[in-house]
Amino acid sequence: MSPVDLLLEPLQYEFMVRALVATVVAAIVCALLSCWLVLVGWSLMGDAVSHAVLPGVVLAYVVGAPFAVGALVFGFLAVALIGAIRGTSRIKEDAAIGIVFTTLFALGLVLISVTPSQTDLNHIIFGNILGVSTADLTQIGILAAVAFVVLVLKRRDLTLYAFDPAHAHALGLSPRVLGALLLGLLALTAVVALQVVGVILVVAMLIIPGATAYLLTDRFGRMLVIAPVVSAVSSVVGIYLSYWMDAASGGLVVVVQGVVFALVHLFSPRHGVVGSRLAARRRRRLSAAR
Amino acid sequence: MTAAIDVRGVTVRYGEVVALDDVSLTVRAGRVTGLIGMNGSGKSTLFKTVMGLVRPDRGSVLFEGSDPARARKQARVGYVPQSEDVDWTFPVSVRDVVMMGRYGHQGPTRRARRVDHAAVDEALERVGLTDCADRQIGRLSGGQRKRAFVARGIAQDASTMLLDEPFAGVDKRSEATLVRLLRELADDGRTILVSTHDLHALPQLADEVVLLLRRVLFHGSVAASLRPENLARAFGLDVLDQGDHPG
Repeated sequence: MSPVDLLLEPLQYEFMVRALVATVVAAIVCALLSCWLVLVGWSLMGDAVSHAVLPGVVLAYVVGAPFAVGALVFGFLAVALIGAIRGTSRIKEDAAIGIVFTTLFALGLVLISVTPSQTDLNHIIFGNILGVSTADLTQIGILAAVAFVVLVLKRRDLTLYAFDPAHAHALGLSPRVLGALLLGLLALTAVVALQVVGVILVVAMLIIPGATAYLLTDRFGRMLVIAPVVSAVSSVVGIYLSYWMDAASGGLVVVVQGVVFALVHLFSPRHGVVGSRLAARRRRRLSAAR
Repeated sequence: MTAAIDVRGVTVRYGEVVALDDVSLTVRAGRVTGLIGMNGSGKSTLFKTVMGLVRPDRGSVLFEGSDPARARKQARVGYVPQSEDVDWTFPVSVRDVVMMGRYGHQGPTRRARRVDHAAVDEALERVGLTDCADRQIGRLSGGQRKRAFVARGIAQDASTMLLDEPFAGVDKRSEATLVRLLRELADDGRTILVSTHDLHALPQLADEVVLLLRRVLFHGSVAASLRPENLARAFGLDVLDQGDHPG
């Protein structure tokens, strides 16, 4: 079989085409958002919010509301609870995050177990990329488009918030509002991605691409290009691998992203382990020769 | 001389701790005012209160006679943060940082127009960082980093600039450059408020000095502020007196 056939064969199946489209869309939006999450130091918060939306999504399913509404409500609820626990007791933030998101996630599991449903809600937990329907695809597309447009239009304000919130305040902007905007986008994006890789692995798509891009450039503008490209390509590779290996697609998407990160971490010209070692050795040689 | 910043009877408490106790202070326009005090004297809290980041339990702050929120909206307040409050590995260039000063003058997406680029170029030129404009912000020396943030305030066209410990981690030569720059900005009519515990820069830098230890202990000329009895009170010790009378 020629390499072209290897690439084309899966595309004969409509479910594979839908899977690829959904994955690429989710990968791009998640990767954009991840650039800010990594720089603000919100990785753990991303983990928390992406898990905590589960009961919201299940309840939205029960009452027939859009998943995004439930996710937004529970995303903000999680952050409010984390803040409340930290502010009213001696519990530190990491513990507060751990308590809140695991409890909400567990509540989601309980709700799933008592909800009679035609579609398997367990797919929300592990993702069901090969089972994405046209209706799912429409929902993913709309949410992703909203998140994408807001992120692109507000990118400079969000970057200012990430870099220097005090200056944002000095300009009459509200760091609190910008933080809430980022949070809302996080909840929205989590809904997009959970259909692809599932609640458990969403956080990978929300952290790894931004971290990878951060090791490749010193320009935020370039990060916003590198992260989505790297993420989309690794996701497509992951889906193909899952087709040919007949293995978990969500899992492979994340494994490929992780492998790409590892390679970049080692070999990035400026910020990679090998690259900076070589540069240090060159400097030593130069100074010895002098 | 008009009052640029008017602090009236401000008290700030953090739980049981009183950080500022009935502080009243007038910072005058077109002058460099040094705010001197040891760690924990309330300098940072006073800065945050003036910026509106901390809400006082009592008292109020006025900016050029009006509400500080309005002054902020009009981009009149420039701010140079302490070094440890900045993420120096953040992927922004010097030019990007200075451009952030223009955000108050731009539309909702902060798209830079020709006038913004011109203002940024001019500000970079003014602080002598034109050649380093495209470097990542962390690839500057300590003094250059401070100048980059001062350039942001210039590009912003802020009438008041607040500098929090600008001389920490800055070598002597860069310090002299920075002092000269701040003097020029004051001569342009801007109000400069500098918090520092670096006393030897004061005579060249400041027009007047405020000594702070939760209350205003002294407000007047630089020479008078540096008298041992005033400094001893501000720094809460009598070391300086003992130096004069050995034994």
